[in-house]
Amino acid sequence: MKKIRYSEITPERIYRNRRNFIKSMSLGAGSVALSSIPFINNARSDEDNKLTSYKDITTYNNYYEFGTSKKDPYKNSQNFKTSPWNITVEGEVENPISLSMEEISKMFVSEERVYRLRCVEGWSMVIPWMGFSLNQLLSKVTFTSKAKFVEFESVYDPEQMRGQKYPVLKWPYKEGLRIDEAMHPLTTVVTGLYNKKLPNQNGAPLRIFLPWKYGFKSAKAIVKIKLVEKMPTSSWMRASPREYGFYSNVNPNVDHPRWSQATERVIGNDIFAPRVKTLMFNGYADEVANLYTDMDLKKYF
Amino acid sequence: MEKYFKPGVFFLSLIPFLIIIYKIFFNQLGPEPVKEITHHTGEWTLIFICLTLTMSPLKRLTNLNVWIKFRRMMGLFVFFYATIHLLTYVAIDYRFDWMPIFDDVLKKKYIFIGFSAWLLLIPLAATSSQKMIKLLNHNWKKLHKLIYLIAIFGALHYIWLSKSIFFKPLIFMLIILVLLMLRIKIKKKETNYG
Repeated sequence: MKKIRYSEITPERIYRNRRNFIKSMSLGAGSVALSSIPFINNARSDEDNKLTSYKDITTYNNYYEFGTSKKDPYKNSQNFKTSPWNITVEGEVENPISLSMEEISKMFVSEERVYRLRCVEGWSMVIPWMGFSLNQLLSKVTFTSKAKFVEFESVYDPEQMRGQKYPVLKWPYKEGLRIDEAMHPLTTVVTGLYNKKLPNQNGAPLRIFLPWKYGFKSAKAIVKIKLVEKMPTSSWMRASPREYGFYSNVNPNVDHPRWSQATERVIGNDIFAPRVKTLMFNGYADEVANLYTDMDLKKYF
Repeated sequence: MEKYFKPGVFFLSLIPFLIIIYKIFFNQLGPEPVKEITHHTGEWTLIFICLTLTMSPLKRLTNLNVWIKFRRMMGLFVFFYATIHLLTYVAIDYRFDWMPIFDDVLKKKYIFIGFSAWLLLIPLAATSSQKMIKLLNHNWKKLHKLIYLIAIFGALHYIWLSKSIFFKPLIFMLIILVLLMLRIKIKKKETNYG
């Protein structure tokens, strides 16, 4: 894989200014485009919404396929082959499909989506992803009446992914969503970040991202999207059902058995920066709370 | 030559602390600096616990009294690193925000046991001087057996906070258990001979 030199990376400041420029353009034109994409919770100060640096986003990762330390994915994924790559959409559908990455990038336009990422371990980032809504991809198939859930399967390739040689989790990595969660416009198929191709350590060539759920719900390096009738068991649920639930929505009021979820540390802040309060649904309550009305979120954690 | 041993070991034992100071000043702590300090000092606390527990068996093995001289120093470094570890959590991570801290201590078993271990270290550190050894006499030995419990607590603290990778915490537990078992054997021998 071609290594990205630091000189090629847009400095954060310029990058942000560019975004502000684009923002002001669209506002000036009286466009409503901004309101259609809920970038980030407006209640937070600008300081809280500061983009995490490209370096931190790409060198501080939880991606156990490439090793369990935060630096491992960056170190161990550089030779990972992401081409050719095929994704199948199958299961409870009338017309299963198989698409190559080339076909996907032709069929769907990736746009910039700045979302907050909250890890279950109590840290957070703000990431300018490139991607499109998963519902666009799912619209290419017709669900059968049995389709109730969506299961994501990540690639299994222990030769290239040394972490898969150890039974840290049940491989391949699996995750799942209820169908209405999967169809929600915030549920994003990610193909890049900071206007660049998605780095291997962040889940290349294609991953999903759900800003209102803990990070591990957003499966990386996906090869299979399967519509199913029964609630899928994710890899983390299998590893520890008491700690990791199917929903795993960011919720400051429901503690993880071993740590509080009320606050978080913002990655990239210096040593004396305080923790910040974690927001319900990671600040996306306005957009997603209606998916969970009448649900006991303590029980369905 | 021998008179340099003690200051030498003292300086070596300070290196993990100096590393943190260096990293703070030169911004080398990485994306999550507070966690880095917490992990670093926590791990060194456990290493010094293991070192402390190694001194008595080494004395028996080599028949040299010199090891006991270092036992106290190692023990005090356990307290030193454990205290920085705790202070990082209380002062830097939670900035003396007592509510969540109390909540953590009561609800999270790894914090409960870690905090208990630190509390138990206080009487040991306070009675480490030659004067106190004389003053407490037989009770001193009894009191300082607490380090066995503290060691187990420390290893459990690490095991319980680990997400899915238990390799390192289990290694610590194993080393501590072996070091404690060495003592059981020694005791049996003593009683056999009488």
